[in-house]
Amino acid sequence: MSENSIALIFVFPLFGAVLCALVGRKSRNLCHPIAVASLAGALWGGIETLRRVIASETNEVSYYFGGWNADAYPRGVGIEFRADYLGALIMLVVVGVAFLVAIYSKLPVAEETPEKEGPFYTLFLLQVTGLAGICLTGDAFNLYVLIEVAALTGYGLIAMGSARAAAATFNYVILGTIGASFYLLGVGYVYMKTGTLNMVGIQEVITANGLADSAAMQVAFVFICLGVLIKMAFFPFHAWLPNAYFHAPTATSSLLAPLVTKVMIYVMIRMTLTVFGVDFSFENTLWTEVIPWLVVIAIVCAATMALAQRDVKKMLTYLIVAEVGYMVGGIWVYNYYGFIGSIFHIISDACMTLCLFLGVGIILRKRRTTHFDGLRGLFRKMPFTMGGFFVGGFSIIGLPPTCGFFSKWYLITGGMLAERWEYMVALMFSTMVMVVLFFRLIERIHLAVTESGENIGHGHGDLALPESETFFDEAHWTMLVPLLLSASVVLVIGIFNQDIVNLIQDFLEPFDLPKGTGR
Amino acid sequence: MKKIALAVTVLTGILLLYAAQDFPAWGDLQSPASASPVSKHFIADTGVDTEVPNMVTAVLADYRGFDTMFETVVIFIAGIAIIGILRRTGADADAPALKRENEIAAEPDLIVTNTVRLLVPVIQLFAFYVLAHGHVSPGGGFQGGVIMGASFILVALAWDLPKAMDRLSVDRAVMLAGVGILIYAGIGLFSMLLGGEFLDYAELSHVLPVSREMARYHAMLGVEIGVAFTVTAVMFAIYANLSTRGRLEGGL
Amino acid sequence: MFGEDGLLNELLVERFNYCVYVVLLLIGLYAMIAKNNLIKKLIGMSIFQTAIILFYVSIGVKEGGTIPIYVAEHDPHGHHAEHQAHPEEANATEETEENATTATTLHEEDHGHHGPRSLTDEETSDYANPLPHVLMLTAIVVGVATLGVALALTQRIYRAYGTIEEDAVLAAILAEDASTVIPDVLATKPKRTSSKSRKAKKA
Repeated sequence: MSENSIALIFVFPLFGAVLCALVGRKSRNLCHPIAVASLAGALWGGIETLRRVIASETNEVSYYFGGWNADAYPRGVGIEFRADYLGALIMLVVVGVAFLVAIYSKLPVAEETPEKEGPFYTLFLLQVTGLAGICLTGDAFNLYVLIEVAALTGYGLIAMGSARAAAATFNYVILGTIGASFYLLGVGYVYMKTGTLNMVGIQEVITANGLADSAAMQVAFVFICLGVLIKMAFFPFHAWLPNAYFHAPTATSSLLAPLVTKVMIYVMIRMTLTVFGVDFSFENTLWTEVIPWLVVIAIVCAATMALAQRDVKKMLTYLIVAEVGYMVGGIWVYNYYGFIGSIFHIISDACMTLCLFLGVGIILRKRRTTHFDGLRGLFRKMPFTMGGFFVGGFSIIGLPPTCGFFSKWYLITGGMLAERWEYMVALMFSTMVMVVLFFRLIERIHLAVTESGENIGHGHGDLALPESETFFDEAHWTMLVPLLLSASVVLVIGIFNQDIVNLIQDFLEPFDLPKGTGR
Repeated sequence: MKKIALAVTVLTGILLLYAAQDFPAWGDLQSPASASPVSKHFIADTGVDTEVPNMVTAVLADYRGFDTMFETVVIFIAGIAIIGILRRTGADADAPALKRENEIAAEPDLIVTNTVRLLVPVIQLFAFYVLAHGHVSPGGGFQGGVIMGASFILVALAWDLPKAMDRLSVDRAVMLAGVGILIYAGIGLFSMLLGGEFLDYAELSHVLPVSREMARYHAMLGVEIGVAFTVTAVMFAIYANLSTRGRLEGGL
Repeated sequence: MFGEDGLLNELLVERFNYCVYVVLLLIGLYAMIAKNNLIKKLIGMSIFQTAIILFYVSIGVKEGGTIPIYVAEHDPHGHHAEHQAHPEEANATEETEENATTATTLHEEDHGHHGPRSLTDEETSDYANPLPHVLMLTAIVVGVATLGVALALTQRIYRAYGTIEEDAVLAAILAEDASTVIPDVLATKPKRTSSKSRKAKKA
């Protein structure tokens, strides 16, 4: 069974999804256990895959669907799945996050989207297959299909909530379709010039035929990057994200917010390194000069907009946009350490965003609002929940020993060595903003400060609240346990960061990236 | 907004036309896409590998079968998502039905219903033909499924939705769509359990009394049937949900 | 510019399809961004996707190539079928028929059924490239699914706001936002309780 571990990652959630759809109408209570069980199966397949990648000599494992292997047939005849360290690590993050959210989702789904458990869990599981597939696929067109699987399930999951969510989703559909279609168009250009869809095959043809100066290939690269940037909500194209995630049901936003944008950044790394190759992607002066400045604008604007919010969930959605800027910047400073930072930040950002969104979901359930004014006295009421939430917050700021500190460290090192001072300044600015944001939050949660800044308590932990409001009232265990697990993952990744960085370094070694400035 | 749109459009257009000068000539036999080993293998060896005369079907259902499985899943997702978005629950479900403006309760027209009565069997027979003949002529699961779904929609148009729902209720359609995916993924899983990779139909020759190539041939028919199930069911479910705004009564 | 080797000549004559798809794509893109009516946006989306389909199918074209379905003499099962149905026609294509027969007899000995043979390079150029057609089948299906979901969203929006004009929906949303009060019971309570406690102290 072990040699089919890559297929098992898809088999379990796929069959689980169909089962949910079949039994969902009659016995709705079965959906949640089916979802958790099939994701546990997928998680096992994912761990097994990573284990095999580590054990293999070339540090990558190929799997040919339909048995069209590259030994007997030309490469690219069938669909190849290639798990290397990059893909396997991020796939594992996807499945792991989904597993935690699946456990967490029991109560929110039953309360926010009543009687829709069947459709919800069906879409939930298919979303996971789509995202995990994006991380492993070695075929450029298959990537498009999986992007659309992830996008369509995302539309359904978000719009299942209120009418506001549906209105926000419509923008998402329009922008998402433009993004995916631009990607498809780019792949069409690549296919026209290279005659293959296999990612490694494309790279081989580009080097063999000297396509670096081809106008069609350059336009293809621009369109693929544009499409992916739209999909990852990079700043000028971010319009769909805050509203869609803010109005989405709790379980949906906890699944989509940590994963969708990060997986698209993975796609960008994959495209620049594996498909087009380092020389093609970074030697062209036009976009290597433009994109870092776009990144600076993106980070500063998104951080400023986050500062203007008066609602925790909305603020977090803008933080996601700012984080996207970090990671894109890490790629485009074109530096070995920048790449380590970007890849490590994908992993750590997924974990800490999960942590924060799980916490916000619990707040929303207890207080019926996530507005800053509704937070007072929460620490006394739910010390564990708030503890987990703060760990996520500290990680976003970048305090050691959380994982956010180490990934940001590598990003800043990369920016410094590449002499991209503007990028470093933007990172520093955004870090300052996050410090302000989270300490303001902590103040609201711990102290009796109203929106106007008036302190209505009498100090010494007096929240000026009646007894009933500060009564110890922790969240239900199905919601609390995933939150605490994700908080401890944030700490564990931070403490054992060197092991993960070693894997990433093994992956990046063959690409021969510059360790100083690339220019 | 219009000015931004115009600017974006013009920029995209310039970029696309700039790329167009680098394209290979129209219908060029030596263009990379046509001369690549992948494309040549599909044309030269589809018959050897699978014994299917229609290369498009073979590439669709076998060489790139994993793509097609997710394509079917996309259809399934659309059906489930539309039900999820439009279904009314709780207080919403009990709200009185909104009457459409100028709505008239008309009897089904005699000429229309009788024509449809004659047409539907022919359409459904043709759907089966397109599905089963997909290996040797243009056709296959998607095409057959759409034609089949259209026959149900025609019934709904000529009489009313309840009459079509007597034949295929939305609940049953969702079930049928799930069964279609199960057939497709099940064939793939079964060939994996027989010792090959996922979707490696050739392994089915261990249980079918045919050669490895013919096992691929027959398995392709199997997965196309699965696809047809899903497409038929989802096409009708989409129509039923959209035409009634999620209420599933009355309809057009 | 307009001469034999001019840009326009090249674009309009030799690459006519590529120009048509660019125009279609731009129409769709403009409608998706600029139109106010949600349904018109969706029509734009359909045009946009169709343009990409046209582009892909154009890649697959080969001059003088037929559809990617084996003609009778290349058909893996064709030989058998022909002998039963059209014996005269089969004789007309003597040369290829001979090839097929030898190949068939060879394979019949091996596997016990008439097997097909691999096509030569020259023969492959008679068929259009099947891969773009397959890819576009997938893209069409994805397009249909997206359109269906988007239509459902439009209906959901219409049900809630009674309009499908984007600015009217936005106005309704803004009005809704302005009228919602943050359900924060705590903002007013503490003052009352604190004043109460002060009163209690006084007493």
